[in-house]
Amino acid sequence: MIGYIFQRILAAVPVMGFVALFVFLLLRLTPGDPAAIIAGDTATPAQLEAIRDSLGLNDPMLVQFFTWIGRLLQGDFGTSILSGKPVIELIEARMEPTISLALTTITLSVVIAVPLGVIAAWKHGTLIDRFVMLLSVLGFSIPVFVIGYLMISLFSMELKWFPVQGFRPIGDGVGDFLERIALPTFTLTLLYIALIARITRTSMLEILGDDYIRTARAKGLPESRVLMRHALRNCSVPIITVIGIGFALIISGVVVTESVFNLPGLGRLTVDAVLARDYPVIQAVILLASLIYVVINLLIDIAYVLLDPRIRYS
Amino acid sequence: MTDQTTATVAAPPRDTTTALTRVREIVTSSPIVLLATVLLAIVVLSAIFATWVVPHDPVRLTPSERLKPPSDTYWLGTDAFGRDLFSRIVTGGRISLVVGVGAAIAAVFAGLVLGLLAGYIRWLDAVLMRMVDGLMAIPNVLLAIAIVSLWGASLWTVLVAITIPEVPRVVRLVRSVVLSAREEPYVEAAIAAGSSTWLIMRRHLVPNTVAPLIIQGTYICASAILTEAILSFLGAGINPETPSWGNIMAEGRIYFQINPGIVLWPGLIVSVAILSINLLGDAVRDALDPRMAQRGIDR
Repeated sequence: MIGYIFQRILAAVPVMGFVALFVFLLLRLTPGDPAAIIAGDTATPAQLEAIRDSLGLNDPMLVQFFTWIGRLLQGDFGTSILSGKPVIELIEARMEPTISLALTTITLSVVIAVPLGVIAAWKHGTLIDRFVMLLSVLGFSIPVFVIGYLMISLFSMELKWFPVQGFRPIGDGVGDFLERIALPTFTLTLLYIALIARITRTSMLEILGDDYIRTARAKGLPESRVLMRHALRNCSVPIITVIGIGFALIISGVVVTESVFNLPGLGRLTVDAVLARDYPVIQAVILLASLIYVVINLLIDIAYVLLDPRIRYS
Repeated sequence: MTDQTTATVAAPPRDTTTALTRVREIVTSSPIVLLATVLLAIVVLSAIFATWVVPHDPVRLTPSERLKPPSDTYWLGTDAFGRDLFSRIVTGGRISLVVGVGAAIAAVFAGLVLGLLAGYIRWLDAVLMRMVDGLMAIPNVLLAIAIVSLWGASLWTVLVAITIPEVPRVVRLVRSVVLSAREEPYVEAAIAAGSSTWLIMRRHLVPNTVAPLIIQGTYICASAILTEAILSFLGAGINPETPSWGNIMAEGRIYFQINPGIVLWPGLIVSVAILSINLLGDAVRDALDPRMAQRGIDR
């Protein structure tokens, strides 16, 4: 078990290594002077030289890469061009709205999508099933920002149930927090529900055809017990896998949703950085997002073993 | 010689249904798919012939006509610069379609080449798959944003930025097809008979990838249109002088309370286009590979 976990962690290292290499090369291989890109259009020659010096741009590529990695590992993500502050401080200041939105979205999606998928598979071919399938195609097709503006025009402008934009930390009171996070969460949830409901339905359909389900029904178990204990439990691995893979979608979705609802999170930070061509910030957000993605999927790999004893630790 | 015989024996059942009847079968397989095809055809044709279809010049500024509500002259109203919204949306389809089709073709081609190499050349497999895992760990919108912010936003860079994140899934798909195909007796026989690697790839492996790649290609097309809209919406897309669905919405954001249509109309059209392509993709998948339809393809 320990050996298996260790092995999974080791396997994640080259993946992160490649992400870092890619981010590194992206800047270096961009036509033009990387220092000029980092410094922006208004930099003086002296500033350019200072940046070249601090990035070690005059060193060989390999030296540059490992120096840069060494700094990253110490938590030094460089300095923002826009604000002149260390990137890591900016990120820390913007974490809360983003984490809040990601957590509320995942929770709500799983709570809605798993039962939907189970019911769709159980009532295979009926109207409910068709509805769930339609919902999942819609979720993949309507851009998050379109859903967001529909929500604003319906629930904020017409019905006036929710404030239009903004964020309140949970520390200021749960009511205020929920009131403001509700619409962004509903907006982002549809895509994630589509993803999870679809995989739940597909894997349930496969399992409901198995012999042991027929046996369970034949011996007179209540249907709810057959569905939950026998079928759903055996679907947990694909469902959890998709939740992990979908995390990349959540991160992309958060960037857009934060822009629509004006939430002061990492997404806003990234978009502002793009408009100002503040590459150190963009680079740090990419590294962080990928790291979170890799760690979550690593945890899921480990969770498999706990969920499904049939998976061997090899 | 053996190859030739099997090819002629296997061919006839395919020839009885021509490609055209096949397409007709798929399109008419359900009313929803038919509707999707018609809607998509309208969007595509009006975008292609936009110059003749639109009632107004989509880029001409008329300050006196700014933010007008829908009327007989301006069917959907005007934007903050007095440009006709309807004309801009119709013309804006061009960018989306070029990006969608372009990214699908480029990603399928790149993924096919890399996937064949990964599936067939063992030592390359480990390296390529780590790269694919790494690329897949970067959320595609962030990756595209980073590329555009470094290289500047032109049609060309946006296309590349949208294509790169789509390639890994194609590589994985092609690789898995190749890995299972190379265990087949006819491939082993070809290896034993001394066929060159190139011949085996061309005659035995590539044909196996065609059906899944057509399906994946339609999904990539939908996903690329979505990413382009997101990039433009975030301000990291093509310059607003060339209308695209995303940048029309981006410009309409601050006037949302005055005229929600500037955001919602292009939003509706982009949703309908993506939905239609996804539905067509599902229909093609059901027709080409019933097994995959049952399991639900990895998208």
